Amino acid sequence: MSNETASAARTLTLRILRHNPQDPASEPRWARYELEEYEGMTLFIALNEIRERFEPSLQFDFVCRAGICGSCGMVVNGRPGLACRTLTSTLPSEITLAPLPAFKLIGDLSVDTGQWMRGMSERLETWIHEQAETDLHALEERMEPELAEQIYELDRCIECGCCIAACGTARMREDFVGAVGLNKLARFRLDPHNARTDADLYELIGDDDGVFGCMTLLGCHDVCPKELPLQTQIAFLRRKMVTVS
Amino acid sequence: MKIVYTDVLVIGGGLAGLRTAVGVKQRGFDTIVLSLVPAKRSHSAAAQGGMQASLGNSAMGSGDNEDVHFEDTVKGSDWGADQRVARMFTHVAPKAIRELAGWGVPWNRVKQGEREAVINAERVVITESAAAHGLITARDFGGTKKWRTCYTSDGTGHAMLFALGDQTVANAIPVMERMEAVALIHEGGRCYGAVVRSLVSGELTAFLARATTVATGGYGRIYRVSTNAVICEGTGTAIALETGVAELGNMEAVQFHPTAIVPAGILTTEGCRGDGGILRDVDGHRFMPDYEPEKRELASRDVVSRRMTEHMRKGRGVKSPYGDHLWLDISVLGKEHVHKNLREVTDICRYFLGIDPANDWIPVRPTQHYSMGGIRTDHRGESTTLKGLFACGEAACWDMHGFNRLGGNSVAETVVAGMIVSEFIADYCADSASDINVSTGLVREFVERERAQLDALVAGRGSESATAIRQRMEEIMIDQVGIFRTGNELDRAVTELEDLLRRSRNLAVRYPNPGANPELVAAYRLPKMLKLALCAALGARQRTESRGAHFREDFPQRNDRDWLNRSITTWPAPEASLPKLDYEAIAVTDMELPPGFRGYGTRNHIDHPDSPARHAEIEKILQAVDADDRHARQRALMPFDHLLPEKYRPRNQRLETSA
Ligand SMILES: Cc1cc2nc3c(=O)[nH]c(=O)nc-3n(C[C@H](O)[C@H](O)[C@H](O)COP(=O)(O)OP(=O)(O)OC[C@H]3O[C@@H](n4cnc5c(N)ncnc54)[C@H](O)[C@@H]3O)c2cc1C
Repeated sequence: MSNETASAARTLTLRILRHNPQDPASEPRWARYELEEYEGMTLFIALNEIRERFEPSLQFDFVCRAGICGSCGMVVNGRPGLACRTLTSTLPSEITLAPLPAFKLIGDLSVDTGQWMRGMSERLETWIHEQAETDLHALEERMEPELAEQIYELDRCIECGCCIAACGTARMREDFVGAVGLNKLARFRLDPHNARTDADLYELIGDDDGVFGCMTLLGCHDVCPKELPLQTQIAFLRRKMVTVS
Repeated sequence: MKIVYTDVLVIGGGLAGLRTAVGVKQRGFDTIVLSLVPAKRSHSAAAQGGMQASLGNSAMGSGDNEDVHFEDTVKGSDWGADQRVARMFTHVAPKAIRELAGWGVPWNRVKQGEREAVINAERVVITESAAAHGLITARDFGGTKKWRTCYTSDGTGHAMLFALGDQTVANAIPVMERMEAVALIHEGGRCYGAVVRSLVSGELTAFLARATTVATGGYGRIYRVSTNAVICEGTGTAIALETGVAELGNMEAVQFHPTAIVPAGILTTEGCRGDGGILRDVDGHRFMPDYEPEKRELASRDVVSRRMTEHMRKGRGVKSPYGDHLWLDISVLGKEHVHKNLREVTDICRYFLGIDPANDWIPVRPTQHYSMGGIRTDHRGESTTLKGLFACGEAACWDMHGFNRLGGNSVAETVVAGMIVSEFIADYCADSASDINVSTGLVREFVERERAQLDALVAGRGSESATAIRQRMEEIMIDQVGIFRTGNELDRAVTELEDLLRRSRNLAVRYPNPGANPELVAAYRLPKMLKLALCAALGARQRTESRGAHFREDFPQRNDRDWLNRSITTWPAPEASLPKLDYEAIAVTDMELPPGFRGYGTRNHIDHPDSPARHAEIEKILQAVDADDRHARQRALMPFDHLLPEKYRPRNQRLETSA
């Protein structure tokens, strides 16, 4: 590991947007907390320390704390991202944290992405529509190795909600399926097990709540923690949808 | 009082829970899944390296089949496994992989022709056959004779969980998120469902079901440093224990993974070593061949973790402010391989360590990783003592892992068990014996008991801090119930944990909100976690031998004569401070693979008196069976087909017909 000369420890100021919708008396407000920074501190560590030392009621979500599960999406200094893998050393000493917009607020930094994703998934039927039932006892269907890799590339979405939080359309149109939804359809479209045609997809996303709602502002593409090629996929789907329309 | 009825209540939305729910739903039963978090965020998503199934497609897996997988699994378990269950598992694993492929898991595929790989730190060329082109490929993992671990890059668990999550939606199965089961409802040896608390509103609801399935994963978070997600607190296992009826098996069998990063404890997959990565010490010396010349870095996990600790104790670790560590070097694999096939690892190193593993060595040390112990079930997944309660996945002791599970065998277990157990649950639900004849009075009693406990915490009359007690528990577990154990330290651990449990009955909560309240949650989970810690510590204290992941420095030999058994713990009474410990014998006389040398270090174990006779018997039985018919030979030794649901009995097709 690097032998950086130890710089003087910073004092961090965290400004956190707090609100508990369960409590009728609660109003959204900014709360401030000060912490001594130390090497290797992430927002996961910082938030837990705040909860432990100052604010037992502070709500936030962490699960894997390794940047894999997508639970801890929040707006960090104006930009949606995964808190668990954000080192405080990459941020200025004043850090503002707010919940992801566009999702139902559970409390403080915790939002209900699960319900949103389920709704999207039901609407777009984001699963393999199998052509034939798999024979579990026989050799599996073959697939080109490169194709499998290509599918995995798009399958890496963790449904963290950052793309929705960064999307201009999603804020205006409640039913917009967002980059997360469109990317899923692009992913299933590649899969040879899948029986749905482009015409079927057109029925689902050939409107302003789908692929034509995107204003190509690239917000989703810029913030995706998994660096998925979201804009490329949306542009590609749009071209396909124009041809089947 | 709010009551919800369903046929099958599934507690847990990880791989095991979702596959169970899909299975019963497809058999026509109603089901509800409960989860602490959105199902796709369950800890299963973090599995990186892969899933074992003996497809035998790739050149390095050639000749693989159920027999080889079975042998690896049983040896890996240090003969603690239930061999019939291990057979059921290895038989169904290829079917599970194929089912998931049909549901869209983009398993990496065999590409015909030559490719470079690193084996034992040397570049070699592997030639894949044209016949295998496009079939599912596999990588090497520790403790396996063949390359058998199927994968999607290093995001295997993610791909599997998302495919299953999608199937859950496709099958219109409701998943209730942020809902925590806090007690099981039971009477007269029969389980009727659970009392469930909403983590958002604090409301309590009784869920009543014909069958209740616990698929809540492991209990790694009773340790201070763990690769597990922060929600892996074992509360599902604990509520089964708290019934006083359900049994837990082998709670002292806790696995340490050799390579978690320091200090965060985040895992780098075994695929790193499987793909050719090596371990180095403070001098950059590759030390594993000194200890295990044959298997080196790919010895079984428990073995590698112990060797690493041993090496650090000799002063060969790298000093750091967070304690000693060693290096994992995957730069030998080349940039392209690292950045493509070990992407999560690359990301983790980049974000948490600020290094690129294609150039830099990764600081690692053994860290708590997997819970072999759990709710003891029969081969159908039903609790041995509490009817109507089923368990599967990491939460269960089904018991295919015994005292050490092989890498890649766990995500495989989750889906395979989900497939098998859901069939038995469906059979059970189809029988009128599963009708829910329970009085609302009883249900009320269970709900009120939970409410009273929560109210007492919120009323704030206690004086102890949950955080302080929890931290102490975590330290005791890692320091005294860790990789190397001794009787003295375990004695102290048990005594102190007992004291902590007593103190945990007097907790103070600063923030008196009965609804969303992280502090309250931590407080009511703590006694549950302490009970599990006590089961593990006491089990380890009493087991005066070394087997798999359980290693006693004062009893370093595996002792089949006295200890070829499963530790069984139950909780005798709510106010008790220690579990009751019993043992379930594992019979040698009907084993397909009687205990023998596991192949690490020197041959050094105490034989079971029945072993020689069983070995001789096996030889005799096999003489009478066609030497070329491996199925007939297997059946003659230990038939298991009849234990499987009928739909999973057919044989698995392979490329090589002789397999
Ligand atoms: C970092 C890491 C990498 C791994 N890599 C591999 C690998 O490559 N190969 C392999 O085979 N294995 C691997 N494993 C092990 C494997 O991932 C797990 O054993 C397996 O995924 C467990 O699945 P599960 O369904 O049993 O439980 P989980 O996925 O842990 O799911 C548990 C579920 O239960 C819910 N829950 C828990 N308690 C309650 C409660 N009281 N009430 C309601 N819901 C509750 C949770 O919300 C969650 O939905 C890895 C483990 C780790 C830690």
